[in-house]
Amino acid sequence: METYIGKPIKRREDNRFLTGKGRYTDDIKLPGMCHAAFVRSPYAHAKILRINTEAARNAEGVVTVFTAADGPGDFGVPCGWQVNFKNGDTMREPQHPLLAKDKVRHLGEPVAVVIAATMALARDAAELVEVDYEELPAVTNPQEAMAAGAPLVHDAWEDNAAFDWCIGNDRAEVEAALKDAYHVTELEFVNQRLAPNAIEPRSYIADYDVNADKWTLYSSTQNPHLIRLLLCAFALGIPEHKVRVVSYDVGGGFGSKIYHYTEEALLIWATKEIGRPVKWTADRSEAFLTDAHGRDHVVKSKMGFDKDGKIVAHLTDEYCAMGAYLSTFAPAIPTYLHGTLFQGLYTTPLIHLNVVAPFTHTVPVDAYRGAGRPEATYLIERLVSKAAKEMGIDPAEIRFKNFIPAFDGVKQPGYQTQVALQYDSGNYAPTLEKALEIVDYKGFRQEQAEARKQGKLLGIGISTWIEGCGIAPSAVVGALGARAGLYEVGHVRVQPTGKVTVFTGTHSHGQGHETVFAQFVADRLGIPIEDVDIAHGDTNEVAFGMGTYGSRSLAVGGSAIVKSIDKVLEKGAKIAAHKLEAAVEDIEYAQGKWTVKGTDKSISFGDVSLTAYVPHDYPEGLEPGLDFSSFYDPANFTFPFGTHIAIVEVNADTGKVTLKRFVAVDDVGNVMNPMIVDGQIHGGVVQGIGQALLEEVVYDDHGQMLTGSYMDYAMPRADDLPFIETDRTVTPCPHNPLGAKGAGEAGTIGATPAVVNAVVDALHHLGVDDIQMPLTPQRVWAAMQNVQR
Amino acid sequence: MRVTLTVNGKPYSDDLEPRTLLAHYLRDTLNLTGTHVGCDTSNCGACTILMDGKAVKSCTILAVQADGSEITTIEGMANGGELHPIQQAFKENHGLQCGFCTPGMVMTAADILQNNPNPTEQEVRHGLEGNFCRCTGYHNIVKSVLHASELIK
Repeated sequence: METYIGKPIKRREDNRFLTGKGRYTDDIKLPGMCHAAFVRSPYAHAKILRINTEAARNAEGVVTVFTAADGPGDFGVPCGWQVNFKNGDTMREPQHPLLAKDKVRHLGEPVAVVIAATMALARDAAELVEVDYEELPAVTNPQEAMAAGAPLVHDAWEDNAAFDWCIGNDRAEVEAALKDAYHVTELEFVNQRLAPNAIEPRSYIADYDVNADKWTLYSSTQNPHLIRLLLCAFALGIPEHKVRVVSYDVGGGFGSKIYHYTEEALLIWATKEIGRPVKWTADRSEAFLTDAHGRDHVVKSKMGFDKDGKIVAHLTDEYCAMGAYLSTFAPAIPTYLHGTLFQGLYTTPLIHLNVVAPFTHTVPVDAYRGAGRPEATYLIERLVSKAAKEMGIDPAEIRFKNFIPAFDGVKQPGYQTQVALQYDSGNYAPTLEKALEIVDYKGFRQEQAEARKQGKLLGIGISTWIEGCGIAPSAVVGALGARAGLYEVGHVRVQPTGKVTVFTGTHSHGQGHETVFAQFVADRLGIPIEDVDIAHGDTNEVAFGMGTYGSRSLAVGGSAIVKSIDKVLEKGAKIAAHKLEAAVEDIEYAQGKWTVKGTDKSISFGDVSLTAYVPHDYPEGLEPGLDFSSFYDPANFTFPFGTHIAIVEVNADTGKVTLKRFVAVDDVGNVMNPMIVDGQIHGGVVQGIGQALLEEVVYDDHGQMLTGSYMDYAMPRADDLPFIETDRTVTPCPHNPLGAKGAGEAGTIGATPAVVNAVVDALHHLGVDDIQMPLTPQRVWAAMQNVQR
Repeated sequence: MRVTLTVNGKPYSDDLEPRTLLAHYLRDTLNLTGTHVGCDTSNCGACTILMDGKAVKSCTILAVQADGSEITTIEGMANGGELHPIQQAFKENHGLQCGFCTPGMVMTAADILQNNPNPTEQEVRHGLEGNFCRCTGYHNIVKSVLHASELIK
């Protein structure tokens, strides 16, 4: 019988996308539907003195205009993670209103909403809303936000800190070790602010059914159940069972579509007020201004080494921007998703990270692909490569010296880090060995030396990365401040004919769950893949779920499905034993049938399924049906890892960086579909390259965004890149039934420091030891000029 | 204003606000929602269609400018249940993930291969530089277009 795990099965999603039949939110039209346009603040910080909506109300096609005075949502949208101050004081948590009252705190904050018959008429009328503002000084840089006298984002508190936090060993102990270290490498930089830029802009349709007193929200979200929970229990206080959230096809997320946004809640409030369905779809300019951004850490770091190049201590201080309000997961990103990865792949015995997280007059900052872990990896991998240069050690060698020795998490225990987590399993050196072999490291060094003689600047950069994904278990994340559990739900419904529908609480927005999940379900049940259908994205279909982010879907969501499959097979065995007139212990399941051991007496999965629903000849006392739902709460995070190597050429005259090769050798645990894993790596790597070379959200001193369109924010294009060379090692996760670790964020985490290390390697002989990202030609050229002078 | 044109082989004639963009006409009036809108500066290419055989970003032109023209959208590429070779190549090479940029990529690929049936990797990359994809890193899209050039032969 054909099996599917580990094979590059083509995606069943593809035909609908390739023929224009995807169902994205903006594609949906409802009878009587009207359109919303938001009036947004043109200032980063201002008092709202007066709003005049009269002209807009009287404009053609306008249904109504709402402002904060109309009372939408008394509570605002909530934050889902609480990180208290080091001294025990409670995190400062401002109300995040659906429409700004009295004051605006970031560019693009919604002040009013116009609802009209068409999108064009709504936008026309939005132009007619008059708002008088008194502009106030703004602060956008997180370090400057903590300076004495900085403009306050929220007047309720004496400074801008939302919280501060630390992790690791005692600071004094780490400082003492640095003082005694043979060599100390220092690094100061900004891990710059990025815009996630899923190509589908956010889109919502809210529809209230007055007769049923029920709401439907069509939303481009990564986690429909979580949105329903936050919307009902926090933002609007409406009954959860009366709200359905539907998220069919979503055009990419990368974190930005996890969060509960004000527009979602506002539309649900407004549809009841007007008695008509209402749609809003962001345009790209709004997306830049209002989608939660990523990164934005100001970093100051020291790493100490002994004379052999072994790391002895690592101390880092960071200012991490929260933006004007706390987005859904924002407090977790620079803390529990960041500091907990400061061990990296190394045996560093002493680590301390201190974080100050201020409010800034910017859009909120939250998870963007990798979420805290790219920032940790960038810092550690830049420090290690910089130290290697300073100490005259080869950058591969210094990593081999410091790697944690291999452990499988079964025979050898997990590795206890200095920063709270215990790694599940790891075997780090083979990924570096393999990557060095693929690039022919020694050969490249000769080529580099030859090229240098001819004035050509070639460089190679290594990054060895680890991430923690499938964040869990719930009790632990709860203790760390999460206001949600982080389990997953998998529901397996066997139909009477033996066909199977699986409902997953995870959400696919490009990851290919409909195909990948069907692969392992078909294998576990021993049935053809065509007999398995995967459903997701509708709270009326799927019992519950936490959605997709943090590379969790297969490791957590897949494991929940496996639990339900086990229950199906356990009950099926009882039915089969009855039909075969054998004891349950005497039958076994393989290839889609139960067989009495040592005989040719068997019954198929289909026949057992039918018996379960037509229980005429049936075990006494057993319930009919073959339908199980399970919650899976993992024992631990999973820890994928790998090595990325970039080879670059820098134009000596212009500073332009050309990426010549990029090699990624990743270990994501067991692989269900190598084609899809490679695709995840390719995309992730290019987002990482984008941060290294091209991308940056820039606010000026007044909080105006200088990079608010694709004309100004440089996204990677096809002709900026080479093919990405991928390979892998396999170290299974020891604590989940699929042995899967997660591949969604790997590329983004590993790639950025590899590229920057490569550029610095190309220029190091000229005296360049660091360049601030993104490495635009101007910055690279300036770095070369500054040292050559 | 009245616009009369052919879309995917079918004649249409509609009265439109003069400012209606072709992309919105296709999506909102003709319900051809396979043409996507991903930006407001004509950079992302998700809205690419063929107008009289040439790739055009349908958010860049007014519907009335398409008067009298022949338009092909992503919905017009497959022949019934049979995928166009470019669509087939995208499927075989995993040239799409979330699918949002995909219609524009396929239409741009059609234009590239029409003008250059045997493109090199660099020519494909250059040809795709007006279309953003945030999922694939372009790797499998480039492979798809190169593979499509083989299939079309």
